[in-house]
Amino acid sequence: MKYALKRISLGLPTLLAMFTAIFVIIRIVPGDAAAVILGDQASAGALEALRQQLGLNEPLSQQYLGFLTGLLQGDLGTSLVTKRPVLDEALRVLPNTIELAVASILVGLVLGLPLGVCAATNRNAWPDYVGRLFSLVGLSLPAFVSGILLLLAFAIQLRWFPVIGTTQNAGPWDRLLAVALPALNLGVIMSAYVARVTRASMLSTLGEDYVRTAKAKGAAPMTLALRHVLSNSLLPIITVVGLYFGTLIGNAVLTEIVFNRPGLGRLILGALNTRDYTMLQGLMIIFASFVVLANILTDLAYAAVDPRIRTA
Amino acid sequence: MSSIVLRLSEAGRFMSRGGAFAWAGLALLAVIVLVAILAPVIAPHDPLTQDIVNQFLPPSSEFWLGTDSYGRDVLSRIIYGARISLIVGLLSILIAMSVGTVLGVLSGYIGGRFDAFVMAVVDLMLSFPSLLLGMLVAAVLGASLENLIIAIAVTEIAPFVRLARAPTLVLKEQDFVQAARSLGCGHGRIMRVHILPNLISDILVMGSLWMATAIRTEASLSFIGLGVKPPTATWGGMIREGFENILDAWWLAVFPSVFVFLTVLALNLLGDGLRDATDPKLRQRD
Repeated sequence: MKYALKRISLGLPTLLAMFTAIFVIIRIVPGDAAAVILGDQASAGALEALRQQLGLNEPLSQQYLGFLTGLLQGDLGTSLVTKRPVLDEALRVLPNTIELAVASILVGLVLGLPLGVCAATNRNAWPDYVGRLFSLVGLSLPAFVSGILLLLAFAIQLRWFPVIGTTQNAGPWDRLLAVALPALNLGVIMSAYVARVTRASMLSTLGEDYVRTAKAKGAAPMTLALRHVLSNSLLPIITVVGLYFGTLIGNAVLTEIVFNRPGLGRLILGALNTRDYTMLQGLMIIFASFVVLANILTDLAYAAVDPRIRTA
Repeated sequence: MSSIVLRLSEAGRFMSRGGAFAWAGLALLAVIVLVAILAPVIAPHDPLTQDIVNQFLPPSSEFWLGTDSYGRDVLSRIIYGARISLIVGLLSILIAMSVGTVLGVLSGYIGGRFDAFVMAVVDLMLSFPSLLLGMLVAAVLGASLENLIIAIAVTEIAPFVRLARAPTLVLKEQDFVQAARSLGCGHGRIMRVHILPNLISDILVMGSLWMATAIRTEASLSFIGLGVKPPTATWGGMIREGFENILDAWWLAVFPSVFVFLTVLALNLLGDGLRDATDPKLRQRD
């Protein structure tokens, strides 16, 4: 518990640094931001009004201070297009994105772990080659490419799944059908990473003395692989799953666009197309918070798996 | 320089010993590069000529991979699109590699507060989703070839800083560096002549793996609409246009997708093979 609190407090400076970086990047728009947002034909009055609204006439330090106090009060600004608070817009579709992320992590682990274990225990035999080839293919597929191929095959040709994502008042079965294909898309790509690192981690553990001892004492191959080897190979696997979270967010954005699912990804695409910089900034801040949260959870998972880290 | 050549020829020897995957990757990459270079010679049609009469034609003997919504030949557009993908991939990775290596060596060599600051920034960049960072930078700078290259380069600097810094920390304490210093070598010369050659081959190997990611990111950004502006043929842009017509003309999205996949796969195969061949730890275990 003490460890958890310590770890969480360490996340705060990271969060602040990330927010500052996002604030700075958004403000290096070349030229007048208001002119970029409104286009060439905007009147001088409209430009001035927008500058006033965005606080562009204030000094940068003032803007930064306002930005931070806003964040502390849970205010991410107001969308330039819909005129609604960014946080409200994001919270409305957030459940969809979280649903997709959780489902795809489940698919990734359920598929990736056995594949990696199987490849490691059958080193340099056909399951190993199949597993490695699968990993390479998974690592080489951009999420939107695999998404489009899945959509074409299973939703458009075979009609097993709906082409359009969730509707607002869908029943649980329809929701499940709608999330299945996008989650499969993200999950298969993730399982490629998981399988690869599981294989590598298991291989290095397999060479340990205590594994040979267990084998000599007559441990069944299954017990040996799962209890003795896998449980001691978990740390690198957790690291990869944690590190993968950032990639998962990027891939989820692409997947939501391909499968036309309401979510943070579609919001970002909309913000990019309409040059809604407040929305863009707010969404990046939300994503950054998720990344920091995932890092903290990863470290807590280390401690849960390995008692040495808890006491250190 | 000679040590680089030595390490790479070593890599070649290890590749020849068993890396069938790596050779397949190299061959595939060579074909794609050749196609990109010879684009004006081998493309059967002009990639930009519109022909409204021939729009949305499925693959046929005249148009091998069909035509798009403007009646343009998909195969010719894919062939020209290879140029953009390879140029963006190569230039962005060269920028990321040079900036990252210089920063990494400096950071490791100088140490102290400078090192702590650089590493804090690098950790920050590594934990922020790279596709989102690319989107942010590309959106802020505006869509163009140069800005796309810069945006992708920015997302890939951090891993090279890490990769260059770690061996620098070890190398700067070694006897031959101390000896060079006592002979009156300047810091710049020590970094250039005594440290850099010892880590450059690892950087180059990682470069081929990260170029795969760069090409994937380029396709993703173009798909979102942050890439090189139409009518220039880019794979991501073609997939974007094809996706809009996916119910009527499947070939528009599928064929460029296949080429993105093959290019990234080729680079991954090659990079994996080279890394396995140059990594002494892996060599021992095999």
